[in-house]
Amino acid sequence: MRSSTTGWLLLLPTIVILVFTGVMPFIYVLLTSFFDWNLFAVNPEPQWAAANNFRRLVHDAEFLKSIWLTLKFTLYVLVSQVAIGFALARLMMRDFPFKKFFRAVHTLPLMIAPIAVGATWRLMTVPGLGPIPYYLKNWFGIDYRLSMFPDQAFASVVLMDIWHWTPFVTLTLLAGLSNLPQEPVEQARIDGANEVQIFWDIILPAMKPVLLTTIFIRIMDALRVVDEVWMLTQGGPGAETRFIGLHIWKIVFPKTDYGYGSAMSLLTLYLTIVICWLLYVAMTARKERPL
Amino acid sequence: MTRAGSKWITFALWVLFSLMTLVPIWWMFLVSVKQRADLFGKPSFLLNIGRMTWDNYAIVITNPAFQKYMLNSLIVSTANAALVCALGLLAAYAMSRYRMKGKDNIFFWVLTNRMAPPAAFLLPLYLLFTGVFSVGEWSLFDTRIGLILLYCVLNLPFAFWLLQGIIDGIPAELDEAAYVDGASTWQVLRTVIIPLAGPGIAVTGILTWVFAWNEYLFASTLTSVNARTITTGLAEFVTVTGTNWGQMAAVAMLTLLPAALVLALVQKHIVAGLTFGAVKG
Repeated sequence: MRSSTTGWLLLLPTIVILVFTGVMPFIYVLLTSFFDWNLFAVNPEPQWAAANNFRRLVHDAEFLKSIWLTLKFTLYVLVSQVAIGFALARLMMRDFPFKKFFRAVHTLPLMIAPIAVGATWRLMTVPGLGPIPYYLKNWFGIDYRLSMFPDQAFASVVLMDIWHWTPFVTLTLLAGLSNLPQEPVEQARIDGANEVQIFWDIILPAMKPVLLTTIFIRIMDALRVVDEVWMLTQGGPGAETRFIGLHIWKIVFPKTDYGYGSAMSLLTLYLTIVICWLLYVAMTARKERPL
Repeated sequence: MTRAGSKWITFALWVLFSLMTLVPIWWMFLVSVKQRADLFGKPSFLLNIGRMTWDNYAIVITNPAFQKYMLNSLIVSTANAALVCALGLLAAYAMSRYRMKGKDNIFFWVLTNRMAPPAAFLLPLYLLFTGVFSVGEWSLFDTRIGLILLYCVLNLPFAFWLLQGIIDGIPAELDEAAYVDGASTWQVLRTVIIPLAGPGIAVTGILTWVFAWNEYLFASTLTSVNARTITTGLAEFVTVTGTNWGQMAAVAMLTLLPAALVLALVQKHIVAGLTFGAVKG
C-alpha cells in the first residue's frame, strides 16, 4: 500500500467528472424544486415558492397515475421474468447440443439498444404490416390495435419487456445455479426426496442471494423504463402506458415549467431510493434472522 | 425416459425459445429488404429473394442527416469509451493500490451514480447544459463533447468497478518490483498494469462503447441538430417523418448491428457487467 497523495491525484479526474455530471444536477434540481420557474409565465424569472411545487404534486392526478402504472408494470414484468427466467436457467443447466450457440442467441436482446427493441416490436404490431395483428385477427378473431385499447397496449409493453429482459434473469440465475454445491442435492435424492421437495427445500434457499440481487436490479431497471415504451406506444393510448420516466420527459419537461418539473424529478428520485432502500433492508434482514 | 431422449427434448425447447428471440429481429430484417408494394398483406416469414431490395439501406446511408447521426454516434461512443477506460484505469489503480482515508465511501458514491433514474436528471442537466455550463455564446448543449462527458455518469462507474476487479487480480509485488527499480507511477502503469490488464481493458472498452451507442434519453434532450445520434435518428421515425417502415427498419438494423457483432467477444462478461459483479458469470 502506497502513500495517499498520488492515489487522490489518480482519483481526481473521475471525481471531478462525476461531480459535474452527477452531483451538480442533483443539487440544481434540489434548488429549483423550491422555486416557481416557468419560461412562459408572466414572470419568467425564478421566484421562491417554498414547498408549493411539492404540494401541487400530491394532487396531480396524471403524475399519481404514472406512478401507479410504473409500479404495476414493474410488478408484472418482475413476476413473469423471474418465473420464466428460473425455468430457462434450469433448462440451460441440462446437457444438450449447441448449448453455447443457444446461450448466445438468448443473450442477444440484452445488447440491443432499447430504442431498437421498441422499433422491432413496433414493426411486429403495426396494423396492416405486423404479423401479430394479422394472426390475432385471422386465427382468434381478436381486434388488436395498440392505439385503441389500453389493456392491449399495456400487455404489449409488458410482453416486450419480458422479451427484452428475461435473458438477464436467466443468465444471472444460471450463474447462481452453476455455483451451487451439488452434494446437498445428491444427498437429498439418496434420502428419497422428490424433485419438487429438492427445489423448494434445497435449491431455492441456496439461490436466495442471487435471486434477491437479480430482483433488485430488475426493479431498478423497470422503474426507469422509457425508450422502448416510447417507440412502441408513445405512452398511449391516452396516458395508459405513460410511465413515470416518459411522463417527466415528454409531458412535464417540454412545458418549461421548470420548478414543478424539478420537484417531480426529485420525488421520482426519492421514490426510487426509498424502494431501493426498503429492498436492501429486506435483503439484509433476511440474512441475519436466526433460523 | 432415456438420457439421450431428454437431451433432444431440451434441444428442441431451446430451438423454440431461440425462435421467439429471433423472429422479431428477422421480421425487422424482412421489412428492411422489402419493396414498398410488398409491405402490406398476408405476412410471410420467408425471405423472397427474387423481390429483395437494398434500396432502404441505400437511401438511409446516402442521406446526409443519417451520415451525420452515424458519425456522431461513432465519435461519441468511441471517445467516451476511451475516456472512461483511461480515467477508470487511473481511479481503479488508486483504489486497488493506495491507502486512502474514506476510499470505500468514494467507491460506493461512484457506483451510486449509475443507479439513479436518468429521467430525473434530464431537466437539471438540460438547464445546466444550456445555461450554467456555457461560455458566452458557446454551451455544452448540442455538442458531441457534452454527450461524451455526460455518458461518463453511466459508464465511468462501470469501467471503474470492472477495472478495479482486474487490477486487484494483478499481484502488487509486480509493481513494487518496478518501483524498486526506480520506475515512476506512470511507468508502472504503462509497463506493468496496462499490458497485464489488456484483455480486461478491451472488454471494458467494448461494453462501454455499446452502452454509449445504445443511449437515447440524454441524446434526445441534450442535442438538437449538430450532435444528434443514431438512436435519436431512429426515434424520429415514429414522430417526425411519419411512417416509412422500410427505412425505419433499415435504420434499426444498423443501430442494433454493433451489439450483435460484439456479442461473441464479450458474452461471458455480460452477466458480471450488468450486475456490477454482484453475480459472477
